[in-house]
Amino acid sequence: MNRSHPMKRSHLGRPAIVLGAIAALAVAGCSSGAKSSSSGSSSSSSALTASAPGITATQILIGSHQPLTGVAAPGYDEIAPASNAYFQYVNANGGVFGRKIVYKYLNDQYDPTITSTVVHQLVLQDSVYSIFNGLGTPTHLAVAPYLNAQKVPDVFVASGCECWNAPSTLPNTFGWQLDYVREGKILGNYIKAHFAGKKIGYFYQNDEFGQDGVKGLNYEIPKSQVVASESYNPAVTNVAPQVTALKAAGAQVVVSFSVPAFTALLKLTSLKLSFAPQLVVSDVGSDPITLAGLLAAFAKNTTAGFGSALTQGIITDGYLPSLGETSNTWIQLLQKIHTTYLPKLPLDGNVAYGIAVGYTFVQAMLKAGRNPTRQALVGAINAGLPQGFAVAPYAYSATNHDGITGAYMAVVKNGALAPTGPVQVTDTTPTGAITTYSTAQPAAPASGVPSS
Amino acid sequence: MTLARHTAAALGIALVLAALSVRLSPYRDYQMAEVAAYVVAVAGLTVLIGLSGQISIGNGAFMAIGAYASALLLLHLGWPLELVFAASAVIAALAGAIFGVAAARLRGPYLAGATLMLAVALPSVAGQYQGIFGGDQGLAVTIITPAFLGASFPPTRWLAWLTCAAALITLVLLANLSRSRVGRSWRAIRDDEIAASLAGLNVARLQILAFVVSAACAGLGGALLAVVTGIVAPGAYTLTLSIALLTAAVLGGLGTLPGAVWGSLVLVLVPSYLTNVAAGHGLSGGASSSVPIAAYGVILIVVMLVFPTGIQGGLRRLFGPMTPDAGILRGAPRRRAAASEHQKEGSV
Repeated sequence: MNRSHPMKRSHLGRPAIVLGAIAALAVAGCSSGAKSSSSGSSSSSSALTASAPGITATQILIGSHQPLTGVAAPGYDEIAPASNAYFQYVNANGGVFGRKIVYKYLNDQYDPTITSTVVHQLVLQDSVYSIFNGLGTPTHLAVAPYLNAQKVPDVFVASGCECWNAPSTLPNTFGWQLDYVREGKILGNYIKAHFAGKKIGYFYQNDEFGQDGVKGLNYEIPKSQVVASESYNPAVTNVAPQVTALKAAGAQVVVSFSVPAFTALLKLTSLKLSFAPQLVVSDVGSDPITLAGLLAAFAKNTTAGFGSALTQGIITDGYLPSLGETSNTWIQLLQKIHTTYLPKLPLDGNVAYGIAVGYTFVQAMLKAGRNPTRQALVGAINAGLPQGFAVAPYAYSATNHDGITGAYMAVVKNGALAPTGPVQVTDTTPTGAITTYSTAQPAAPASGVPSS
Repeated sequence: MTLARHTAAALGIALVLAALSVRLSPYRDYQMAEVAAYVVAVAGLTVLIGLSGQISIGNGAFMAIGAYASALLLLHLGWPLELVFAASAVIAALAGAIFGVAAARLRGPYLAGATLMLAVALPSVAGQYQGIFGGDQGLAVTIITPAFLGASFPPTRWLAWLTCAAALITLVLLANLSRSRVGRSWRAIRDDEIAASLAGLNVARLQILAFVVSAACAGLGGALLAVVTGIVAPGAYTLTLSIALLTAAVLGGLGTLPGAVWGSLVLVLVPSYLTNVAAGHGLSGGASSSVPIAAYGVILIVVMLVFPTGIQGGLRRLFGPMTPDAGILRGAPRRRAAASEHQKEGSV
C-alpha cells in the first residue's frame, strides 16, 4: 500500500509561504516527499475513473447530517466546517489521488425525522459516496440501518455510542471517537485511585450517552462509594432537583456525563446552592472554551474571564492532544489549518474534533485505493488504520468497529487541558484491563496529509 | 352518488401519481411519500378547524400516537401493513375521543391551550418509559418491499404508492363526510353554535366526533410518516410539528382538502429546495443554515398576504370555476356568508 500521491508534494510550498513560521516543517515534508514519488509512479499511470457513486475522475462527494441550528447546534455546528476546512487543505495539496473532496453537510436540527429526510436526499439525489461523521446518537440511529441496507459506507459517526460497533448487523458503520463505555472506565479508574473512600455522585444524560458512560464508571468504582445517581433529560433545563439530591447525599466528587450546556448548568446550579464538589466531566461536555462561553451566557455575566475561571480545576479526559501543547506537531497542524481556513471560528475542542476526524477520513480514502468502490472503503477500515490525530490507536478490524481506544486524564487549567497522566487504553468489557499506552504518538506528517 | 364521483376522481389521480412515481427519481418518490403522509394529517386538521370550527395545536401528538402504535405493532406483533395502518388510526381516534370529551367543554383560546399542552407533554412520555418506547432514539420501523414487485423495484416507489393510496382513500372518505349530514352539521355549529343546538343538533357530540376524525387522520399520517422515515422518535413529534401542520392547513386554505395537498407540498418541498439553493450559492456555514429558515418564514408571510384564504382560495379566485374542487369543502370560516353557503350546499 505504498501507492502515494506524488502530485500533492509539489504544492507543499504554498501553505509554507502563507505561514512562514512553519517553514521548517515544509522543508521536512519535501524531503519525505522525494521518497514516495518514485514508488507512486506505477499506480499513477492508471486513469482515474468514476469507480463508485459519488466518485468521478475529479472529485469525491461525501455527505453528512449535522445540527447547524437548534438545541444541539452551539459548539457542534463548528465540527462540519472544521472537517471541511481540512478537506480544503487536502484539496489544495493535491487532493486524494488527485481527486478533490466535496463535503455536503445538511442541517437536521438534531431531529431524527429530518435526519432521515436529509440522508435520503444525500444518498438518492446527490449520490454521495459515503456518509461521513453524521452527528448524534438518536439522529444517526434513524439512518444507520438504511445506510447499511443501501450498502453506503457510514463512516466515523460523531457519537461515542457503543451501538456503532456492530459489524454483523451494521457492517458499513464505523464509530470514531472514544466510546462512552471506555471513557467511563478510564474516568472511573482514575476516581478509584485518587478519591478512595470519598462519596461519589453521578450526573448523567438519560440516554445511550449517559447510560453507556455510567456503565463504564460502574465497572471501576466500588458500588459502596456511589451515594447518588441523578439523570437529566436534555429537554428540561432546570437541574436544581438533581443538584439538590447530590448535595443531600453528601457527594464530594460529582462525575458528569453531560453535554456542554448541562455541564454549565450543573456548575451554575451548584454555585447557587453553595455546593462545591470536585467535578469530573466527560470529554463530551468539558471543552473549556465552549464551557466558558456557555457559563458566561447562562449567568449573563460579561466580566472577562468569568466563565474561564469557573472551568478551572475540572477533571476530564482527552483523546486528542491538548490544545495547550503548542509544541505538539498535531496542534501545529491544527493551528495552520485554523488560521488559513477557519479564521472566524475559535480554535476549540470542536474545531480540533472536526479536523481530526477529517484526517481519519483521508487516511481511509488513501487506503481504499486509487479507484475505490464503496466496499473498498469499508474493507480499508476493516483492515485497520494507522494512528492519526488521536493519542491512542484505533480499534478498527473486521470484527470491531470501535474507533479511538484510549485517552489521558487531564485537569482544566487556564482554559486548556493540562494532562495529568499517561495515555491509557482499554476495551468495553467489564473486566478488560486499563493499561498505560507507552508508545509515543507518531508526529504529524509534515505535509499535513496522511501517507497511504 | 358523490361517493362514486369522488372514487372515480381518486382513481384517476391514482393513475397519474403511479405514472409520475415511475418517471420520478427515487428521491422524488421519497418526497412524494412524505407529502402524502402529511396530506393525511393536514386534511384531518383542516376538517377540524375549517368545518367544525375547533382549533387544535396538538395534532402532532396524535401523529406521535399513531406512529408509535404502528412501530410497536410491527415490532412485536408483525401485523400486515394495512392492518397496522388501520389500527394506528383507531388507536389515535380513541385518544382523540378521550381528549375530545374534555375539549368539547372548551372554547377558542382555551381549547387551543389544552391541545398545546398535549403537544408539549406527550413526547416526554417516550423518555419516561424507555423500555417500551426506546427513549430518545425511538424505535426503528422497517418494512419490506413486497416480493411480487421484483427485486429491482425501488423501495421508495413502493413507499410512494403505499402512502399515496392511503392519502387518496382518506381524502375520499373526508370529502364524503363533509358532504354528508355530519359535514353540514359541523358547518352549522361552526357558524352559530346556539342556532345549531336550537335546530336540534347535539353540539358536544358533533364536536367530539370532529376531534375523533382529525385524530384518526393524524394517527394514520403519523403511521405513514414512521414507515417513510423508518424511525419513530420523540424529537420528531414536538410542538414544532403541530405548528407545521397548522401552518400547512392555513397556508393551503383552511377547510379545503386540495388546500391540505398544497400545504403539505409547501411543507415538504420548500424547505429542502431553499436549503439546496443556499448550499448551491456557497453561503458560509452559519448563513446557509439560517437563510432557508428565514426565507421559509418570508414565503409564508407573502403567501398569506397575497392569498388571505390560502393557496386554494387564491387559485379559486384566479381561475374561478376551473379550479379542482374535489372536496367541495369551502374556504375559511365565513360567518357572514354562512346562510348563502348552506343554500348552495345541495347544488354543487
